[in-house]
Amino acid sequence: MKHLLSAGDLDHDTAVHVLDTAERLARIADRPVKKLPTLRGRTVVNLFFEDSTRTRISFEAAAKRLSADVINFSAKGSSVSKGESLKDTAMTLEAMGTDAVIVRHSCSGAPHRLANSGWIGGHVVNAGDGTHEHPTQALLDAFTMRRRLRGGVGDLAGLRVTLVGDVLHSRVARSNVLLLSTLGAAVTLVAPPTLLPVGVETWPCATSYDLDETLPGSDVVMMLRVQSERMNASFFPTTREYSRRYGLDRARLGLLPEHTIVMHPGPMNRGMEIAPDVADSARSTIVEQVTNGVSVRMAVLYLLLGGADIGAPAPAEAIGEPVPAGVA
Amino acid sequence: MAGFLLTGAHPYGEGATDIRLVDGVIAEVGSGLTPGSAEVIDAAGLVALPGLVDLHTHLREPGREDAETVQTGSRAAALGGYTAVHAMANTEPVADTAGVVEQVWRLGREAGLVDVQPIGAVTVGLRGERLAELGAMADSVAGVRVFSDDGLCVSDAVLMRRALEYVRAFDGVIAQHAQEPRLTEGAQMNEGIRSGVLGMRGWPGVAEEAVIARDVLLAAHVGSRLHVCHVSTAGSVEIIRIAKERGMPVTAEVTPHHLMLTEELIDGYDPVYKVNPPLRTADDVAALRAGLADGTIDVVATDHAPHTPEAKDCEWDAAAFGMLGLQTALSVVIATMVHPGLLDWRDVADRMSVRPAQIGQLDAHGAKLAVGAPANLVLVDAGAEVVVEVAELASRSRNTPYAGMTLPGKVVATFLRGAPTVLDGKACR
Repeated sequence: MKHLLSAGDLDHDTAVHVLDTAERLARIADRPVKKLPTLRGRTVVNLFFEDSTRTRISFEAAAKRLSADVINFSAKGSSVSKGESLKDTAMTLEAMGTDAVIVRHSCSGAPHRLANSGWIGGHVVNAGDGTHEHPTQALLDAFTMRRRLRGGVGDLAGLRVTLVGDVLHSRVARSNVLLLSTLGAAVTLVAPPTLLPVGVETWPCATSYDLDETLPGSDVVMMLRVQSERMNASFFPTTREYSRRYGLDRARLGLLPEHTIVMHPGPMNRGMEIAPDVADSARSTIVEQVTNGVSVRMAVLYLLLGGADIGAPAPAEAIGEPVPAGVA
Repeated sequence: MAGFLLTGAHPYGEGATDIRLVDGVIAEVGSGLTPGSAEVIDAAGLVALPGLVDLHTHLREPGREDAETVQTGSRAAALGGYTAVHAMANTEPVADTAGVVEQVWRLGREAGLVDVQPIGAVTVGLRGERLAELGAMADSVAGVRVFSDDGLCVSDAVLMRRALEYVRAFDGVIAQHAQEPRLTEGAQMNEGIRSGVLGMRGWPGVAEEAVIARDVLLAAHVGSRLHVCHVSTAGSVEIIRIAKERGMPVTAEVTPHHLMLTEELIDGYDPVYKVNPPLRTADDVAALRAGLADGTIDVVATDHAPHTPEAKDCEWDAAAFGMLGLQTALSVVIATMVHPGLLDWRDVADRMSVRPAQIGQLDAHGAKLAVGAPANLVLVDAGAEVVVEVAELASRSRNTPYAGMTLPGKVVATFLRGAPTVLDGKACR
């Protein structure tokens, strides 16, 4: 695999392999020197057309722990807003000798254009494109679920995962539905009908309009952020009504089985889709997700750039002990 | 006498005959005509059709000569077998005054490859606020009869009603780009399974169908003619079919791309497939073909929409809507309608020449191939297979969705008023 554009690019074995690799790389974080030389001399560009400090620093930390050189390119104002075009930006990066571009863009499909238009020759990682996908977010979510509920091994067969909220505009939801179903989980989307996409019945998941009915049968509940621009566009009457029908509050927490975890990709609207005490409860994995994000992104960069095909098993010694750059 | 003698041509794909063109008209039809001083064109095995007429072309001049000019667009049209095209009004400045339509008309005559018939804007600046001077455009040298705010829908029901009524005074017709604006804000592609998966803002079929339903009722109410541009959904075909059954005064067009291409092509986010109305589903394509076959849809119109490379070589949302069509339209119709047996050559002549000329009121075009008719005709090698080479297109732009595809049929020669605009598949000027 050359690029990671969609969670749908990962078949079952490849996805498990990424998670296994991330699990091994996570141990690096426990060592006094949190660094591997694997990507020394390689250049990774964070190309962010949209503000996203948390995703950018997560990729930056991941790349730096693998000893890559990291360039942060904040290109606010894409060609949509009459700035430099995506093509010219890409060709500039190419001319500087870039091995991988991690791209965040407000237009769905922008990473596909970067990867497939012949503008650049390096690897492309989708760090969130419009309302399309955010595959590394899905990987870190799956990684977190696997650690908490499956002992950090294997796939997610039989795991009941409920995603709640603005599915229509959520790249996190699209990538999670694809990856979690590939890993064998049973996904249910819960949202008001206005926030479910046309054609969702063809997706590999179930849907419901009723959160209370769905919670008792959930091993994982993931709350999606409601963007402020949706709040006055008649997708639902008021934030109060949304919160009452689809928010996860203390009372609803009581409907969940004992072992169920609560997730949120962040940033949260506390008091809107998730009550503050729920976000801070022991069930919440929200901070853990951030930590796991670095491990998963290390795995993606390692497998894309390390020379080994992402589908092939990673050499154990490359992760266990420092090795000369380029060998892995 | 001089002129041209076309030998062995097959009018409407039927029996071979010779056709003599003299002084801009068809002078003689029959076997074994003697050449005399005429230039002989070997038309053996070629299908002869009346010159094609496009009801929906964007020539971009004035204003966007970097994408197309009347000259380059006319050449593409002639090479596609056209002898007349209707130039849409969304130029810069907008064709909403007698001055602009006369300029476009004159540029067309100067290019001399097809008759360029300007379409006038319905509203000033295409802004949908107040009527443009429709009468002045009708009375101008350009003699405008078709009016459209194409690209923008006349969504205000009162304004649409007034426009339909007003143009009756000079037997005009309103060509409506049916798109309910609120239902399509920021829309990027057909709303359906693919838009949900690709995470793109959907353009629902109902946004087209609701406006067509309203407009046929309005047209019937005021007793005026309505023409529906680029019908793209099965639901729209059904509404027009019902309206026609009830005797309502409506005509409709379909584009070649909506007869052939579907939304699955968008999966790679290549903006060459970005067009308005958007590519729809295979079910819609089947309904459009059936509607064109049974006459519910009257004409094939290209919606030829040239765009500069930078308008397409970018991310999807930033790209312009539209694709080239003039040079490939007949081939697409052969592939999608003639080969499957949905249309014969007389039907092709009807949908691509006779009916569009009637709707546009171009008396010199769309006439039956017979003695005395204007010598506007095209010779087609129906058996040829041609690979669409982007670099060889006559348009100034390159945004064809058919690049590299092998399509049937090749235009060998086109005659405008008895003079060749295309010979041996090459433009004469």
